[in-house]
Amino acid sequence: MDSLATVPGRNGSWVQDRILLGMTFPVYLRSLWTPFNVVCTAILAVGLPLLVYRFAAGLGATTNLSQTQPWGLWIGFDMMTGIALAAGGFTIGATVEIFGLDEYHPIERPAILTGFLGYMLAVIGLVADLGKPWNMIGIFSNNGTQSVLFEVAWCVACYSTVLLLEFSVPFFEWLGWERFYRPLKKALLGLTVLSVMFSTMHQSALGSLFIIAPGKLHPLWYSGQIFLFFFISAVIAGICMVIVESTLSHRIFSEQFEGQHVDVDKLTLGLAKAGAVVMFAYFFLKLQGVIDNHALGLIGVGFYGKWWLLEMLGFVLLPSLMFAWGARNRHVTVVRVAAVLGVVGIVVNRLNVSVVAYNYNQSVRYWPSWMEISVSLALVVAGILAFRWIVNRMPVLRPMKGHAGEH
Amino acid sequence: MKLGRRTFLKVAGASGTAALVSLPSPSQARGRVPVAGEEERSVLVDTTLCVGCRGCEAACAEANKLPDPPSDEKAFAAQRTTGPECFTVVNRGEKADGGPRFVKRQCMHCVEPACASACPVRALDKLSTGPVAYDGSKCMGCRYCMVACPFSVPKYQYDKAIPLVRKCTFCSGRQAEGKEPACIGVCPSGALAYGTRGKLVEEARRRVFGNPDKYTQHIYGEHEAGGTNWMYITDVSFEKLGFEVAVNDNSYPKLVRGALGVPPVVMTLWPPLLMGLWAFSHRNGKDNGNGGNHG
Repeated sequence: MDSLATVPGRNGSWVQDRILLGMTFPVYLRSLWTPFNVVCTAILAVGLPLLVYRFAAGLGATTNLSQTQPWGLWIGFDMMTGIALAAGGFTIGATVEIFGLDEYHPIERPAILTGFLGYMLAVIGLVADLGKPWNMIGIFSNNGTQSVLFEVAWCVACYSTVLLLEFSVPFFEWLGWERFYRPLKKALLGLTVLSVMFSTMHQSALGSLFIIAPGKLHPLWYSGQIFLFFFISAVIAGICMVIVESTLSHRIFSEQFEGQHVDVDKLTLGLAKAGAVVMFAYFFLKLQGVIDNHALGLIGVGFYGKWWLLEMLGFVLLPSLMFAWGARNRHVTVVRVAAVLGVVGIVVNRLNVSVVAYNYNQSVRYWPSWMEISVSLALVVAGILAFRWIVNRMPVLRPMKGHAGEH
Repeated sequence: MKLGRRTFLKVAGASGTAALVSLPSPSQARGRVPVAGEEERSVLVDTTLCVGCRGCEAACAEANKLPDPPSDEKAFAAQRTTGPECFTVVNRGEKADGGPRFVKRQCMHCVEPACASACPVRALDKLSTGPVAYDGSKCMGCRYCMVACPFSVPKYQYDKAIPLVRKCTFCSGRQAEGKEPACIGVCPSGALAYGTRGKLVEEARRRVFGNPDKYTQHIYGEHEAGGTNWMYITDVSFEKLGFEVAVNDNSYPKLVRGALGVPPVVMTLWPPLLMGLWAFSHRNGKDNGNGGNHG
């Protein structure tokens, strides 16, 4: 009841004000009837029941996983890619809270929200993929300290908690629970330090998972330093995702920015500068990895050689140069296209390492089943809907109404 | 300030020591028989003695309550791999003169198993007596063991609603009772020699190096993956018999040791480093950035 009391004199209409966006229930329901929502509902209506079916029928009935392909789309896309694309949370968090680049403050909360939702979906995808997910608890009690997955699991659990705490600042602000959100806001610097620490460890550890499989991962992708590649590409993913996400947000939720002086174009160009440098360095670091692995001669040879070239030239070097050119010539559209290429590049890289180039010398190749694709698609749609639901209500893109004095 | 400096020295000292410890020691390269695993129960498979009767397959199926193995005709039609309901297979290869050469495959029971090191819940664990044992009640089904195993041994029950990882158990239960593994006892030709690893390596060397005209001059499993409890000798090329010849000679768990050394460094170094950067970027008395246009 404490929460209601802090909303001045509007007890009766709290739900209408905060949940139904100021509409009455019938009006709100009618407002949901849009083509976008119909498509989303259809995707969810197929994907979510399949998630339940998977546990009733088993992995064999729902996925195309095999004895030579133990990890498929749910690990390669939902887990590996989901975590990488959620890296914007710690990247922008560090930019604002630690490096003190205050002008990026308006995109910090959406980046953290994207990160939080990304982790939630990655964890759901992981639970779907595990044979006996209820035994996950053993990670915290059985001391499997020799395993990289042990490190990944601990860090993901810790970082999800940090993201939850970071996100709870706008959440409690929305509820009007000042007693909670004020101390949390003060702790934001500490939380950001933790977020960078945990992210460094598990973003890189997701790559280290494959160090133990030297004969199985194609030499162009295998490297003893793969943890460096994964960490740096996670930073790239964070930057690219923030550009894409803020562009879309400012188109779709433009009414939320009324009265705010946020120059998204300027921020985008600034991010492009950072992205250009990091991606350029990443390109040459990857090249070094290949040389180190004595695999230089494999570049361009056969399917995997060409596929590697496409990934590195089309989705790393090209967007890097586009970022640099766009930032220099103040051409925001080029930067945005480059960011999309960068995001696709991360998806391609994570899928390459965990699925495509894994067990490359086996004759039986894996292709995800329609059910695997449906579930992955449904999780992405669920994330988008959750993002929209939250930013329409909570102070993520805009300051909280009625707290104007503070902002 | 004093405390800060002392803490700093401690951190610097600890990180320096950790870096030294993690350097590979040159003595590893010189090693002959690794002392580790010498007392573990092991098997030496002499493929020149195997007659391909597949009695071991039948005994394995019986001991582990698995379905009966297929008939000879079906079994030798193609190279088979082990499966979730089949822990050992005998495959047929060819000698130079066109005659058959049979080889029994199952879990190699590495001295330092990649699968057990990869298991985050320790469902797979190396017993001091030799077997790499599996406890299904701990397994969460992440299948990282399947990714990690250089011999692709662990198999998964994809068709079960509550699935398990399945592989040869080296009859760890029977061994604990003092009995030999089921497959050993039924072998009529003496192709499977059972004993401690140290003794079997000696025996393998005696046979291989004592008969250089007969045997291929290699003991598969002596060094592969850092050494395995199942070792093989033969008179044809191991590649022809379907062995994973690209397997590293080093222990697989050691491959990730460097990467696993990163977290302690990050955990000690990042917070002070980041706070230092924060202090640096706010040195002109700027506030912490939250006074901007957004909460």
